[in-house]
Amino acid sequence: MITDFFVRALIAGIGVALVAGPAGCFIVWRRMAYFGDTMAHSALLGVALGLLLGVDPILGVLAVSIILALILAGMGASRTLASDTVLGILSHSALSLGMIALSLMQGIRLDLMVYLFGDLLSVGMADIYLVLGGGAVSLALLFVLWRPLLAMTVHEELARAEGVNVALVRAGFMLLIAFLIAAAMKITGALLITSLLLIPAACARRFARGPEMMAVLAALFGVAAVTGGLYGSLYFDTPTGPSIVLAALLLFLGSMIVGGRRFGR
Amino acid sequence: MTLDTTPLIGAAGLDLSLGGRRVLAHVDLTIDPGEIITLIGPNGAGKSTLVRVLLGLVRPDHGKVVRRKGLRIGYLPQKFSIDAVLPLNVARLMTLTCKAERGAIEAALEETGVAHLIGAQVQTLSGGELQRVLLARALLPNPDLLVLDEPVQGVDFGGQAELYRLIGDIRDRRGCAVLMVSHDLHLVMAQTDRVLCLNQHLCCAGTPAMVAKDPEYLRLFGPRAAQAFALYAHGPHGHDHVHTLSGEVAPVDHAHEGHTHDH
Repeated sequence: MITDFFVRALIAGIGVALVAGPAGCFIVWRRMAYFGDTMAHSALLGVALGLLLGVDPILGVLAVSIILALILAGMGASRTLASDTVLGILSHSALSLGMIALSLMQGIRLDLMVYLFGDLLSVGMADIYLVLGGGAVSLALLFVLWRPLLAMTVHEELARAEGVNVALVRAGFMLLIAFLIAAAMKITGALLITSLLLIPAACARRFARGPEMMAVLAALFGVAAVTGGLYGSLYFDTPTGPSIVLAALLLFLGSMIVGGRRFGR
Repeated sequence: MTLDTTPLIGAAGLDLSLGGRRVLAHVDLTIDPGEIITLIGPNGAGKSTLVRVLLGLVRPDHGKVVRRKGLRIGYLPQKFSIDAVLPLNVARLMTLTCKAERGAIEAALEETGVAHLIGAQVQTLSGGELQRVLLARALLPNPDLLVLDEPVQGVDFGGQAELYRLIGDIRDRRGCAVLMVSHDLHLVMAQTDRVLCLNQHLCCAGTPAMVAKDPEYLRLFGPRAAQAFALYAHGPHGHDHVHTLSGEVAPVDHAHEGHTHDH
């Protein structure tokens, strides 16, 4: 029983995965997993904000992620606290604040599970346009940022010495992640978005001989994980986000076995 | 090279404090076309910081840096390592920020003797191979000035002498200036035109032989380091010579380490 809502979720999911794969490579290369988590958890605060202002929650998510991205990009390194400590404080504070704000809104009947773990039933036509539009913007942004971002991932000071505007590129990348999180919110939910960034990139590593190849492979692994997860969610009637994560995990385990045999040392 | 003799970089009155600690004090420096300058000094003397100021990566608190118009710089940074999670081969590393023809990449790698590594993953390179690849990378934009921050780090003794000779040859062939940072006081390269000894301020400068006899230098590094330094600077820079030196120099390095703790 393939129905409209499923096709909608599939299109949106594939759109997200195509951008999340290459963007996720940078998250993996730059060791920014915790940053991704922080951004994703803050999305719940965005939902609360959206409902409070009476606009689409996704717009609230987008607004909060962009603000947080700019704050994090501008903050730089703290001298007295490690960055993962700062991110941890922000991450859980934003999540808690979002949940409390939502629980205080008595008048609104809201299924929190949808926003935490995603629900393919909740993907409407408006979301499709948002994902495809946001996805196209993100992909274009990624295309422009690719070269300088890769250079500064390899060696930031060398990239600066060779003319890369490091602060601008970093801010651009954080904005890209903000867009991605807003787009992925309905599909995987706030708690599991980071997995769409990390797992496909991790799968791709074993087969890639260059950064561009890894990005393309990660996009393909992401599409496979989303497709598999959505079908699983449909047939086993399981929550969407966790189903996608499990599908991605299976791919990762498979890639370890196959890739381990190919490039094992 | 052009006959333009205006300095490539002129820096005057550089002062810089980082985190409340004085790193550079009243540093004046000019780099002329085609000369090889070796910057030496103990750990924490501000050598790398001075390089970063000259490159425009750090703004000094006072003083100014004037770079010649259209100056092309090839830079080899001090700490370079690539995580195994990023798949990257040598050819792609060479073209991170600039586009280059395959032929130009091959020619640059050929010049530093590592053309055969063009397809190798960067993580699999040895210390010496990596430094040669990075040197080739710095040559790719056809620079007027090579800035090499500890170019022989992670290279064994025989390899260090070869690498220094290669850098000297590159200068002779291309006529580019070289600014080199070194903490290996005993292995200052023979072809160096000027040695600058930095310890927050420039304590002394001159040819290797002059600096080795300078009282400021002796006070800073101790007479044994000076002995080894002079030995290398004066002697022929043949392969066998370096091996003799390595035996003599090992204890000197320890003496130097102990000495810098007093500062």
